[in-house]
Amino acid sequence: MKKITVCIGSSCHLKGSRQVVEALQDYITEHDLKDKVSLSGAFCMKNCREGVSVTVDGVLFSVTPETVGSFFETEILKKL
Amino acid sequence: MMKQKKFDTKVQHLKYKVLREVARLAWKGTLTENLLDVPKIISPGPEPTMRCCVYKERAIVEERIKMAMGGDKNNPNAIQVIEIACDECPVGGYEVSEACRGCLAHRCEDACPRGAITHDGTHKAHIDKSKCIECGKCASVCPYGAILNHKRPCERACKVKAISMSETKAAKIDNNKCISCGACVYQCPWGAISDKSYILDVIDLIQKSNHNNDYKVYAVVAPSIASQFSYATLGQVVSGMHELGFHTVVEAALGGDIVAMAESRELVEKGFLTSSCCPAFVSYIKKQFPDLEPYISHNPSPMVAMGQYIKKIDPTAKVIFIGPCTAKKMEFNLDSAKDYVDSVITFEELQALYDSRDIDIMTLDETPLDNASYYGRIFARSGGLSDAVVQALKEQGIDNFDLKAEICDGIEACRIALLKASKRVLNANFIEGMACSGGCIGGAGCLTHGDKNKAEVDKYGKEAMEKTIGDAIKVLNMENQ
Repeated sequence: MKKITVCIGSSCHLKGSRQVVEALQDYITEHDLKDKVSLSGAFCMKNCREGVSVTVDGVLFSVTPETVGSFFETEILKKL
Repeated sequence: MMKQKKFDTKVQHLKYKVLREVARLAWKGTLTENLLDVPKIISPGPEPTMRCCVYKERAIVEERIKMAMGGDKNNPNAIQVIEIACDECPVGGYEVSEACRGCLAHRCEDACPRGAITHDGTHKAHIDKSKCIECGKCASVCPYGAILNHKRPCERACKVKAISMSETKAAKIDNNKCISCGACVYQCPWGAISDKSYILDVIDLIQKSNHNNDYKVYAVVAPSIASQFSYATLGQVVSGMHELGFHTVVEAALGGDIVAMAESRELVEKGFLTSSCCPAFVSYIKKQFPDLEPYISHNPSPMVAMGQYIKKIDPTAKVIFIGPCTAKKMEFNLDSAKDYVDSVITFEELQALYDSRDIDIMTLDETPLDNASYYGRIFARSGGLSDAVVQALKEQGIDNFDLKAEICDGIEACRIALLKASKRVLNANFIEGMACSGGCIGGAGCLTHGDKNKAEVDKYGKEAMEKTIGDAIKVLNMENQ
């Protein structure tokens, strides 16, 4: 089970947390990964300047609404 | 730029100074050793500045220190009388003043339902206090306004009639009636009624978190903050909280968005509801209108809703609510809230915490605060909750329900609506009850109160990035998809 956590604190929210979350939810549904990938939120990962902050099993990434597709491809799909 | 004042009154300033000094010692860990120095810091003497002598001043400061340290543990109420600070104001009730001209009409005499008014040889009115029931009818009919009501400011402020006079003539609070709204705290000109402070608990939680490494301390801040700290920007206020040691700051208004969505559904299901956001209003229903208790919304307040979410995603989190409200100091101890909110402080106390660490927020960079929608944010002012419920119904496509909201601004308006509801003559299906005048922006824990506050809240609402309730709460439902 891969655990994705998306920062929904103010800075990240302003940089598009919601769009990132929506995209991730769509990808998870599309690839039928509900049993393999979990999604949850966090308030602030102390990486405010580089948001949207996302961790995958504790490893930190910076994702934007524009890059969320390639992020999902390389960090989730290819590593399952 | 003109320097804007931090408080409305000198009473607030005095309370703040005590809180600040107590907090200063607590951060340093020398509270026990240096506590006895505080009265002399506040009242250095040799001349008194507030009371008859410095010794009385210092004795009162000692009582204020006790309040700053949590108050009387045996008294469950968050609001407490500081007996020696009470000036034992005269309680005359209705009295005839010099303005009585001894007219011919004697409307006062005719209006009195108890025959308490007579006229002497010069035709001037006299009130027989043994017969007077303080109904005020004489005062309302006097063409000269010559009959005045001399009431203690605390009693006048207390619309739920919880304050009377003790055998020692000091103010006495009836805990069975008090809803802890804090109106008396704000109105007593002597600062003789105060809310208990939990700043020491907050300092302790922050310090023991080991810089948020052992657990994280979250500040959940009420939207009425938009009208506060007017000498700085909201972004600087948020930065100040980070400086104090909070892990992060989250808007309670996002809890407002959650509540608006749930409340609208509950309303449609039940057909009649009273709001549950304002803990003083909820307490009032339970104490004075127990028959209406089943109609209180089962939704948590925005504060508790946020606490629930934070503890769901971070089970070891500590949640501190920062707001304008003294009644929240009662609410967070309730069984329904105590697992989700660890402590509550007011804006007054936040100012004291900043200054106890010499944090000048005006010199700080800005940190953004943007979690909620416009609708969650306007909960801070009267009418906002109802607007949010209308919006929530719309967003969910519920168009077969006609919302008729009774917006009660202040506890007097709440009383009238509840009275009508209990007699089944209220022409509304939703009672929005806010105990403080204007809503939360009128709260006793606010630094300042003013006409512009409502506009400030609306402005802050419009600045929210998310324009709908649904969009604001979308990120909260990831786990349950």
